[in-house]
This record gives sequence, C-alpha cells and structure tokens, in this order.
Amino acid sequence: MGLEFIEGNEAIARGAMMANCNFFAGYPITPSSSILQYMLSQLPRVGAVAIQAEDEIASIGMCIGAAMAGCKVLTATSGPGISLYSENIGLAVIGETPLVIVNVQRQGPATGAATKGAEGDILFTRWCTSGGLPMIVLSPANVAEAYELTYRAFNLAEQYRVPVFLLTNKEVSVTRESVDLEQVELPPLVDRRRATMDEQYLPYRFEALHDVPEFSAIGDDRITRFTTSSHDEAGYLTSNPEEIQRMIDHYAAKVEDAGDDIALVKQDIESGAEVLMISYGITSRSVAVAAKMMREQNRKVSVLTLQSLYPVPKAAINNALAGIKKVVVPEMNTGQYIQEIERLAPTGVEVIGVNKMDTTLISPNEIIQGGGLL
Amino acid sequence: MNTMIDTYLTDALGPLPFCPGCGHDPLLKALDKALVKLQLDPKKTVIVTDIGCIGLADRYFTTHGFHGLHGRSITYACGLKLARPELTVIVLKGDGGCGIGGTHLLNVARRNIDITLLVANNFNYGMTGGQHSVSTPFSGITATTPMGNVEAAMDLCGTAVAAGASWAYRGTTFDKDLPDRIEEGITQPGFSMLDIWEMCTAYYMPRNQLKKKDLVDIMERSNFTYGLVANNPRPEYGAHYRATYGATAAPEHKQPAIEPKFGNNVNRQTGIVVAGSAGQKIISAAGLMARASMYSGLTVTQKDDYPITVMTGHSISEIIVSPERIDYTAIEVPDYFILISKDGLMKARSRIEQLPSTCTLYAEQSLELPPTRAKVIRLPMIETAKKVNRLSIGVLALAAFVKDAGLFASDAFAEAITVFQKPAIAEINLRALEAGSALIHTNQEVKPCP
Repeated sequence: MGLEFIEGNEAIARGAMMANCNFFAGYPITPSSSILQYMLSQLPRVGAVAIQAEDEIASIGMCIGAAMAGCKVLTATSGPGISLYSENIGLAVIGETPLVIVNVQRQGPATGAATKGAEGDILFTRWCTSGGLPMIVLSPANVAEAYELTYRAFNLAEQYRVPVFLLTNKEVSVTRESVDLEQVELPPLVDRRRATMDEQYLPYRFEALHDVPEFSAIGDDRITRFTTSSHDEAGYLTSNPEEIQRMIDHYAAKVEDAGDDIALVKQDIESGAEVLMISYGITSRSVAVAAKMMREQNRKVSVLTLQSLYPVPKAAINNALAGIKKVVVPEMNTGQYIQEIERLAPTGVEVIGVNKMDTTLISPNEIIQGGGLL
Repeated sequence: MNTMIDTYLTDALGPLPFCPGCGHDPLLKALDKALVKLQLDPKKTVIVTDIGCIGLADRYFTTHGFHGLHGRSITYACGLKLARPELTVIVLKGDGGCGIGGTHLLNVARRNIDITLLVANNFNYGMTGGQHSVSTPFSGITATTPMGNVEAAMDLCGTAVAAGASWAYRGTTFDKDLPDRIEEGITQPGFSMLDIWEMCTAYYMPRNQLKKKDLVDIMERSNFTYGLVANNPRPEYGAHYRATYGATAAPEHKQPAIEPKFGNNVNRQTGIVVAGSAGQKIISAAGLMARASMYSGLTVTQKDDYPITVMTGHSISEIIVSPERIDYTAIEVPDYFILISKDGLMKARSRIEQLPSTCTLYAEQSLELPPTRAKVIRLPMIETAKKVNRLSIGVLALAAFVKDAGLFASDAFAEAITVFQKPAIAEINLRALEAGSALIHTNQEVKPCP
C-alpha cells in the first residue's frame, strides 16, 4: 500500500475488508455514506454481499440475519440511524450476534447542524437499547486508528459474540490524511468459536458465566435456534427466573469480565505531574497539542487517551489518576464521559470538563483556558 | 440412504400452544404438510417468525428457527437468504407485523428476494389483547375499535403485488388445498406471499360473531381477490445480484502509493485555505496539491466544506502541511489563503477580514476584497483559466500559490496530477499548472529531497 491520502471512512471499510467482513447492509446518511459506497464497490468482488436497505431498521435486521448465517457483518450510520437501530441492537445482545456497528457522529440532536462534527452520542451508544447491558465501544482518533480499531472491533465481536461499536466522528471519518496503512500493526484475526460435533447441540450453552457459547450457523449441520426472547441454553423460551437471571448475568459477564482484554488506551504519563488530561477521538489530538504547549512552559502534565470507551478501562484510568490533583476532560458534547471519570476520581481530585457542541473542534487553547492550565 | 420425513413438527415441547380453535394450528399443520411434500432438508430450511402468537411457532419445527423483533422478520429472512442462497427461508408473520413492518413487505416484494411469507391474518393483535390492525375489516369490533373500525383494511396481497411481488395468494385456513398452495409458494423462485385468513377465537371471532363463511364474504365485500392474486415470475434478486455485480464488480481498490521524491521548505505546521465555487474542482485540486506535498515528504490533512446542494455555492478546502505528525486539524490562522470566486468570498468574508499580516492572500483580480491585513497578491485566475479550461481554475490558482510560496516544488504538483488523474484530464491540468505558474515571476528555490 505505502503512503496514501485517504479519509477515515475508507480506512474503516478497508479495516473491515482486512477482517474478512463478508456482509454489509446500510442506509445512506452523511457523514457515514462513503462507507456504504466503499463496501458496495468492494464486497461483490470477493463474492460477498453489500446492500443498501430500505431504512436503518432493515439494514441492521439483514446484518443480524446474515451474521447468524455465519457472515462477518458490518453496518454504518450516524447518530440518528443508531436511534433506528436501537431495538435490533438489543436483539443482537440477547441473540449473541457478532456484529460491528459504525456510528460516524454528527452534531445533533435530530438533524442538528447537518452534517458537522460532534461527539454527542457517547452515553447514547453505551445505553443505546433497552435492558441496560454492557456494550463494547471503540473510538479512533485518526485515519490509521479508524483502520486498526475497525479490524479490532471485528475480533471483539467474534470473540464475545456481541455487537461492537466503532464510535467515530465526522472529523475523523471525512478528513483526509496522509497515512500508510501497511505500517499499522494488526493482531491475528479472530473467528467465532464453532460448535464441535456432539450429539445434542445447544446453541446457548455455556459453563462459566463469561463463557461464550459455541456457534453453529443457520444452514449448518446442527439445527439451531435464534430468538429475541428470554431463552434457555437450547434457545427455547423460558419464564424461569433463575434461568433468566443466569442469562442476564452471562451477557454482562462476557463483556465485563473481559474488561482488561478489551481495554485500549495510550498513556503519556509524566512523572510528578498533578494535572491529567483524559480524552478520546478527535479531541485527543487537540489535547496532544495542549500538552506540548504546557511542557514548553515547563508545566508537568500527563495525558491519557482512550481508544476503548466501554467497558470503561478502569485500571488504566485509576493508574493514570495516581498523584493527580486536577483532571481535565475535553469533549465535543455537554459533558458525557466525564461522568465516568468523576465516578473513578478519588475525593478531592478536581475534575473539569471543557465542552462545546458548536460544530467546531475544541482547540488546544480552549483546553488550556477552560482547564485553567497555564 | 435418506429416509422420508413424515413430519417437520416436533412434540418435544408438547402440542402447539394456541387457544382452542385458533387458526394458527391448522395453518402450521398445512405448512408441515407442504414441507413433507417437498421433503426439504431441515438443515437447509429456516422458519423465521415475527412477534405475536405466530411468533411461538418456529420452535415446534425441526428446521432451523429464527424468532425476531416485531415487524422485522422479513429483514432477517433477507439477510439469511442473501448470505446463504441455498437456504429455503419461510417467514411466519401476523397481520400486525405487516403493519409495523410494512416497508419491509414493500421492499422484499420490489426486490424479489426468494423468501416465502405466510401471513397468519386474524384481523387483530391476539397477543396484546385484540387491538385492531391494518387488516381489521371496516366496521370490525376490536379492543381499540369498540364502536367499529373506521379505517379501511389493507389489501396485503394487492399492496405487495403493486410493489412488485412475483407471486401472491389469498386463502383461508379452512381451504382443503392450503398445503398445496403453500408448497406452490415455497417453490416459486422469487418472493412469494400467502395471506391466510383465520380465526382468532380469543378476541376477533367472539367480538364480531365471525363464522367460517364470513371470511370469504368479507373478501368479496372488500373487493379482495380470493385465490391466486398474482403470478408474474421475474429474476430473483440474489441470483441477479451475484450474476450482475459478481461479474462486473470494481477491481480491488488500490491507490498508487506515494514515495517522497521531492524536497520542501516547510519547517512548521502550515495552514492553507482554498475558497472557490462548486464546479471549480476545488476539492479535487486541493487533493492533488495535498498529494504533491506528500511527494515532497510532508504530512498532510484536508477538510472540505460545501453546501449539501453540491452543484451550487461555495467550495472550501483546508489543507495543513507539516514536516511532523498533524494533531489539531483546524486552521485557526491561515498562513496562505487562495480566493478564487465570489462564492468563496461570500462564505469566507469574515475570515478574510481577520487574516493577519503574516498571511498571504492570493485573490482573483476581479473580486472586491474586504479590508484585510494579509499580504495580497492579485492574479487573473478566471481570465487565464478561460484560455486553458475553466474547470482547471483550481489547479491553476494552486499552481500560482505553489510557485510563489515555494513550500514545495511545482514538479511535485505535476507528479500528483500525472499519477492520480486520467490521462485526458491530467493533460489539461498540466497545462493549467504551467499557466498558473507563469503568473508568478519570482522563483523560489525548493530544497532537494534529502
């Protein structure tokens, strides 16, 4: 590949292709549409299917069907589309469906300042469906990470049989950058664990709560069942409170017990620093400049950049908080992820948000001024 | 040796769970008979159910089962069929599901995806207490139409046929030939649907004193066809998709890799704004210049702004070039501003007014500029472009800027144009590059590639 000049959305699509994605369904919405167009141009070439569905509900519905037929699936939309995906995201959770969902955030609510950037969907993505079960959410800061994290999202979806979100932003997705994707290190590809031959296949059987059931596709040799309803290990409807609770604990444990495995952060910890900046996505790039400006003034500062937002990478955040008196959390929203930081920060640590949602990037100067850093 | 399958129903969960007299019972038994006649491989057959009492059905079959959300069963069925064309996909849906999922019915019919839809149509929502649905007959009594339904019933088959359904049939669970008709539906090569009218003995039947013979009377009163509604075979979507897109798909997407081979004079992050109009190929020209900077060993980002009505109004590109990694991608204070048109001026007026004296503004000479502290260089961009090709004005203006600013070499720009554009377009743009460069009479020495 070598050096190229591409936008984040193309990198997302190419990350998906690298992960052997073989089914895509989506509905046009700026600023995510170029992912749909790229997948439509590329998947038929490898004998796979990409389709523009009649709406977002059909998009994710087709994806869930294809995923349970054994495909590695991707869908992409923007915040308003996630609203329409919502119920089916719950179906993917209860049905244990591997599925990668891209949300290219744009300013909202509703149609908002179509189609400028913002990051107003952080908590929405975490709590995007009924039932309140944990989600896996990754957030890239640049084109190379858009590629890498999409690929990793497929691995996580396969490993844990859950929907995984790539939460990006117009500012990463449609900004073109010089990048060499060959230089991006990718882990080995993960495929869902397939059922071994046994007499009686139970599609939702697991032993430890966090174990992931063995997969057998609809159309494979073992008859399988998939259901939106509370079910037992055989996939049959159950109203037994003990069985229902065990399944709920299982959905939660699959993701929560894997917290350390899922956590992806970048740390720039300065010994003796009492100020810590925590950020994610495009805003982390302004934080990098702000940190440089502070260090040029001989101010000590630590920086923690979150590439995985959920499950909250608690260990990394707690580790970065050691010795810190002030935490600055800049976000292109009214203050969302800061709530997770406030939960973790010890008493006495000042946690300051720098927030705006006016469609423009938060600048390094705004972080320094808003955080009272110089 | 294969043995005959004599039923696809399993009693592992006991008998079918429906109310005494419910039409779902004979409907599912008719489906079973059809499957027995077809002797389909259960491993290659999936029954997809919607929400409602009919949603309880899939687990009573020995095939694969997929029980999804209300109204969305068709979408899962389409995903399954597109992913695995060898599957026989049968959807069981109520009349309620046809309402909430109406668009999926229209679109599967329009696309002609090879699934078979069986509508268990009992005129109301049985699972939630007998509320009215899109198929409740006019004046019918339900929990939500206690004084009689004032809505007209939807002709489900007629609607699907209007949307393009290749095969549609309407009948009742009392029809002796129902298994044959279901078999016929399943064997159709495209989308097929059967709208099967039946009794909800819990709600609709007692509330309306509905009798067996009333079903056909209501069809007649409503002017709905009883029996085969349509049989118009046409190419199936999945087969057509694979034949068409599989054969003519785009080649693997590969951009030429860029090897730095020119030098540059850039020693810090430098912001360049280009403001012009739709149709002036601003984004494309800026992209070529961005690649020129990459040929010159620089890192680059590009952001574009234009109205959603893309063929009118402004078109603005912001390019940042740097010898290092670029973090913050906004340009607060441009180092260079290239103003090509009135649309660009109107959009960027306040920004131009605020340009500092450190900025150089290259402006089309016919534009009336607002007061600015920037160093202004006026150039006959429009007039010169007319002599080359008016669509090449973006490249022409940027060529003048590249030569004057000396950040990197015009040769790098020529390289980007040659490599990334089709020969006919490249030829025009190379002439524009030359014409734009000729507007600048100074000569900046660009450091060679290290």
